[in-house]
Order: sequence, then structure tokens, then C-alpha cells
Amino acid sequence: MTSADTTLAAPPAPPRGAPRGAPRRVSAHARRQRWGWFFVAPFSAVFVLMLVVPLAYAFWLSLQTKTIAFGSTFTGLDNYVKAFTDPAFLEGVWLVTRFSLVLIPLQMLVSLVAALVLDALTSRFAAFARLMMFIPYAIPVVIGALMWGFLYSPQFGPGAQVFGLFGLDSPSFLAPDSIFGSLVNVVTWQWAGYYMIILFSALRGIDPTLYEAAKLDGAGAFQTAIRIKVPLISSSLVVILVFALIGTLQFFTEPQILRAVASGAISASYTPNIYAYSLAFSYSQFNYASAISFALGVVVFLFSYLFLFLTRKRNGVF
Amino acid sequence: MLTACSSDASTGGGGDAAPVDASSCTNTIVNADAPLVSVWAWYPAFEAVVDEFNSTHDDVQVCWTNAGQGQEEYTKFSTTIEAGSGAPDVVMLETDQINSFALRDALVDLNGFGAADIEDDYTAGAWADVSAGDGVYAVPVDGGPMGLLYRQDILDQYGIAVPTTWDEFAAAAQQLKDAGAPGVLTNFPTNRDGAAFVQALLNQAGVEPFDYDLGESPTGLGVDIDTPDEVKVLTYWNDLVSKKLVANDDAFTPDANTKLVDGSYAMYVAAAWGPGYLQGLQGGSEGAQWRAAPLPQWDASDPKQVNWGGSAFAVTSQARDQELAAEVAKGIFGTEAAWKIGIEQGALFPLWKPILESDYFKDLEYPFFGGQQINSDVFLAAASGYEGFTYSPVQNYFYDQQAEQTASMARGEITPEEAATSIQDAVDSYATEQGFELK
Repeated sequence: MTSADTTLAAPPAPPRGAPRGAPRRVSAHARRQRWGWFFVAPFSAVFVLMLVVPLAYAFWLSLQTKTIAFGSTFTGLDNYVKAFTDPAFLEGVWLVTRFSLVLIPLQMLVSLVAALVLDALTSRFAAFARLMMFIPYAIPVVIGALMWGFLYSPQFGPGAQVFGLFGLDSPSFLAPDSIFGSLVNVVTWQWAGYYMIILFSALRGIDPTLYEAAKLDGAGAFQTAIRIKVPLISSSLVVILVFALIGTLQFFTEPQILRAVASGAISASYTPNIYAYSLAFSYSQFNYASAISFALGVVVFLFSYLFLFLTRKRNGVF
Repeated sequence: MLTACSSDASTGGGGDAAPVDASSCTNTIVNADAPLVSVWAWYPAFEAVVDEFNSTHDDVQVCWTNAGQGQEEYTKFSTTIEAGSGAPDVVMLETDQINSFALRDALVDLNGFGAADIEDDYTAGAWADVSAGDGVYAVPVDGGPMGLLYRQDILDQYGIAVPTTWDEFAAAAQQLKDAGAPGVLTNFPTNRDGAAFVQALLNQAGVEPFDYDLGESPTGLGVDIDTPDEVKVLTYWNDLVSKKLVANDDAFTPDANTKLVDGSYAMYVAAAWGPGYLQGLQGGSEGAQWRAAPLPQWDASDPKQVNWGGSAFAVTSQARDQELAAEVAKGIFGTEAAWKIGIEQGALFPLWKPILESDYFKDLEYPFFGGQQINSDVFLAAASGYEGFTYSPVQNYFYDQQAEQTASMARGEITPEEAATSIQDAVDSYATEQGFELK
């Protein structure tokens, strides 16, 4: 649009031969713009109604304080001050930070190795394996978490049978000191296949002549993978990293589902999102819950921005 | 049937507010011309009760929706209250939730709608549980007087007598373990879903955690958790758990449910709805002989009866026609026919005296308990001895804290004394933050 405007403004005086040329181009442009708005309108309406308005309303809520005993008062940024000094919130943020530090490298490694292996294979087995690895992503998160709840169960889980063979008690996957690893496992299982597909399609987009060149230069399969393939798909790696980062900071569904069977390990403020949920729907503190949500949004923004800044040379997308 | 539903929706609403849409009802409306009252509830066998009500009423019809069980329903109800629309006319609430919702002006005081006329139909304890100050915010439906359910076959096998005091109970737990039984005596849950159970056990020893009167002083709240009685009960269970004489499994999970029926627990410290819950579980062991006995006591000479769970019907402040809604709240479980369905199909424990005190209920024999008359043996005495309990408007927060601290205690991280202090401190500071003045 800006480039169109500058070209329109460029001719200082209309050339003699075409006196009516310029006005006609303006009206055509305006007409095109009207149609543009027309086509964008359905999306804009949904966007404004379903995203902007609720966000603005939630922000408005977060500026007020409603106590059970006293009703609503406007308190400005008090809720935010409270949020960033609230140990429950800060511990939650620290937990998801640690979670990101463990989970994201693990997830990326698993999906990258899988994608590289599948890219190198050409048998029919490769297509089958690709599908199998992708299936966990096709299972709804809630169902997946419930399923793992049963697998982790000391009573029904395979752990009980395997360890039972040796007359031992099953390790408790849902205890406070092991729940972290159990959750990492569920999330990796669910998402690694999806990230693998993203990386795999990026790998397929690489020009095969590069491989020939590498081969002529004497690079083996391993060297090709490390020196040619990985650098060429680095922008895709950044994409999945950002996806994983945002998803992990907003961690909610899996711990919320497993809470029913591991409540001693997963508290009402385990992650910031669970905390916001508990505040809103269990303690009826909608205002503070809104503030926690926005505070979490700030944290997610900061992390994502910081990360994109650090990888600005590698990411070709953002 | 579909056309009948859609035609009455336009004519049958009655009030000027948006009428209830008959097609949203789970049940079938019998008298299409009568106004509809929407009800949220999750009682077992409730559809038959609703049908019974609808087929005997020309002036009003119940439109029933199951909006989820317990916390799931409260979440939805709470959201509709905050939003200002979308609540049903009548809502089923467990008694521990009434103060929280009444304080948010979500419930209608039934004093204006004939509450006094039905007060005599309920026991004093049941009536106290639905009252706050002078207000009456719900109509009692079912109760949870507590008793001890046990496996006669397991007790016989290991030669254990049914305990009548908590001391005997602890001795029985030791005896069972010494005899080499594969299971344990019972379970002490420390998760959120088990918090109300732990609260009842504490209450039996004299812990009255809250002092609150909505009518007199809605912003004054007394919190009295860190007491010798609280520490006594927590220490008692903590000892049993740490010696592995009782299990520490999360309640209402597939794991705990399986252990309830497969003989892993020889006893189930239960409320009167427990027998119905047990019968609904799959995979019971062969030859299980369940029996019921009164709840063990701290002091056998001065028995104290407590309650776990139980629910009521409240009229919401968004009700289109409050008077009609109050009629429904009072009327659904206000007949013998309805209660026979509730008792026989839903295994509910009635709080409505005409059926509670009837010979039918007293003499009812339960095949699951080998024909034992569990009501006259156990639960009727427990119900009549119950004096009521004061719940707080910060009940959910309190439950969360109690669950977290007792779980930490059961893992051996903190002592019972520290658990009691932590719960007290957390609830104190939360209540202050919420604008309550601590009494």
C-alpha cells in the first residue's frame, strides 16, 4: 500500500498526453481498497469480537479489585504489583521456565533426529514410521493426558506389572519428586511427532543438488546431515522452538488433567495458567485471575522477544 | 415429540424474561402448557424423579440439565453469576458451597417463599447447614451422616473385631498388618477431593474451623484451625500412614476405587451415600461381605456424629420466577414417591423427615449388605445426632490448603503441628486479603 502511494505521488505534474490518467488510477485504487476491506471484513469482525474485545475486557477487569466481602473497586495496576510479588505466581513461572529448559532441547533433539533418519530412509517403512510418530499429535491433548494417567497409575499401569514380576512396588510416577519427569514425557510424546513433520517437510524442500555437491566433496551421510541439512532448516528449528516455548510457558492441560490423580504433586498454582484458572473458577477472583493472565502474557512476550532477538541471524521467518 | 417441544417453548414460558427452551431439557416435558423451571443437578436416577414430578404437576414443569458433578457444576454456576446471565432457576449445591454463593448474592433467601413452613420437615442439623444467619438459602435434599463400612469376610479371616473407638481402630490396623494381610485397614486420602472427608474427621474431634454468620456480619470471619484437636487427629492419621497401617491414596481416583472393592482396604470410613457409591464400582472381589457399623468415636461415652457431603436445592438470583422456582426446589424431593426412587435407584440418604422417619426407610434391607438394615443400625442415629457445621465463604481455598498441607505431612515433609499452623496462616492471610475481618 505504501509503495502504491509513493508511485501515485511521484509524478509532480500529469504529462500532457494523459490528463485523465492519474485520477482514474486513484479511483481504481480506492475501489480496490474498498474491496480489500470487504474481503477482510469477516475475519476482522471475528478477530475484533472474539479476540480484541475479550482481551480489552479482561484487561479492564484486571485493573479492578473485587473482594468477596467488599465488591468492586478500581485499583489500577495494584493487581500487577501483587502478581509479580505473589510467590504462588512466581513459583509457577519458575516451574515453567525450568520445564522449558528441560523439555524444549529434548523435544527438538528427538524430533530432529527422527526427521533426519526418516529423511535418509526411502523404504516403505519410513512412511509408516512417519505416520506412527505423528499419531500422538492427532490424539486430543485431554485424551492423551488421561491415557498417561492410567499408564502412570501404580495400580493399573504397566509399571505395576513389570516391577511386580520382581516382587517390587511400582515406582510412583505421580509423586511430587517424579511428576516433573512424567509431565516432560507426556508432552514430548505428544508434540515430538508434530515438530518432526515440520522439520521433515523443511528437509524435503532442500535442493537435492546440494547433496550431490556434498557427496562429490566427500561428505558422508552423517556429515551431510550435520553440515548441510541442519543449517538449511535452521529457520524451521527456530519456528518449532518458539512454538514450544510459548506452549510450555502456557502449560495447562496436561497438569490440569493429571491433577485429578496426582493432586498432592500438582497444586492449585502449579503453573501460572492453572493458578489463573483456580483463581477465576475455584476462588471466584476473576479480577486477579485476569491480572495473572496478562502478567503471564507479559512473561511469554518477554521470553519470546528475547529469544527471537538472540536468534535473529538464524530465523528467516520472524 | 420434537414438534411438541418446539411449539410449547414459545407459549409456555410464562414470564417476561427469556423463557426456558424446552428443547434444552434432558428430560421430556409432560405438560407442555405449564411454565418451565430449569434445574441443574447430578443426582443418580434423577431423571425418574423429574418425570415423577412433571407427571404429577400441571402448573409447573421441571427442565433438568446435568451441568456436571460438584466442582464442575460450581465452575459453570460461578461463571454465570459473574456474567449476570445463564444460571438455571434452581441449582443443586453441596452444603459446603452455600455460604460462598450466598455471599455473592447468587442465591435467594427462601424466607419469603415459605421456608418456615417446611422447617419442621428436616432435622435441626440439616436445617442449620442450609441456613446462614436468619436466611435460608436452600432446601435440604440428601445427607451424608457417617458410618463405618467393613468387609466382614476379611475381619473374620484375621480375627479382628469391629472397632468402636479410634483407639480400637488403630489397634485393628496393627493387628491386620501383624497377621500378614495383603491389604491395609483403610485409606486416608490427602487430595483435594478427599478434603471434605478429612474435614469431617477433624470435626468429629471438635475442630470447628470457622465461625461465620452471613446475616449478622458478612465480613467477619473466625478461623480456628491450629488447635490441639486438629493436631490430635492429624497426628493420629499421620502415625497410621507413616507405619503403613493405612494407605495414603488419592480419593475418588480409579486406583482408590479399585482398592475399595478388591479387598485392598478392609474398611471404608464412609458417608450414607457410600453404599451407593460402592455398588456403582466395577470389579468387586468374589465373596465380599460388606457390613455397616457406627463411626468409631474418640470418646465412646460422648459420641459425636458428623456429616460428609450432602446437598440441597437453591433458588438462584437469576431465577425468572422466584416463587415458582422455590416451589420446585421444595417440591422435587417432597413426596414419598420421589424419595422411593431416590433411595432405591439412587441410594440417596433422605433429609426429608416424612421418609427419614418412616418405617419403610428404617426397615429397609440392603441386599448388598447381606440384608442388613443399615439405616436403623447406623445411619439414622448418625443423622439425628448431627448438629450442623459452619462452612466458610472461603471454603474452596481452605480445602486446597488443607489438601496440600496434609499431603505434605503424609509424605513426611512436615509435622502435623506444622501442617495445622500452615493451614491456619494461609487461610488467615487469604481471608484478610479478601476483605474479611478476622474474629
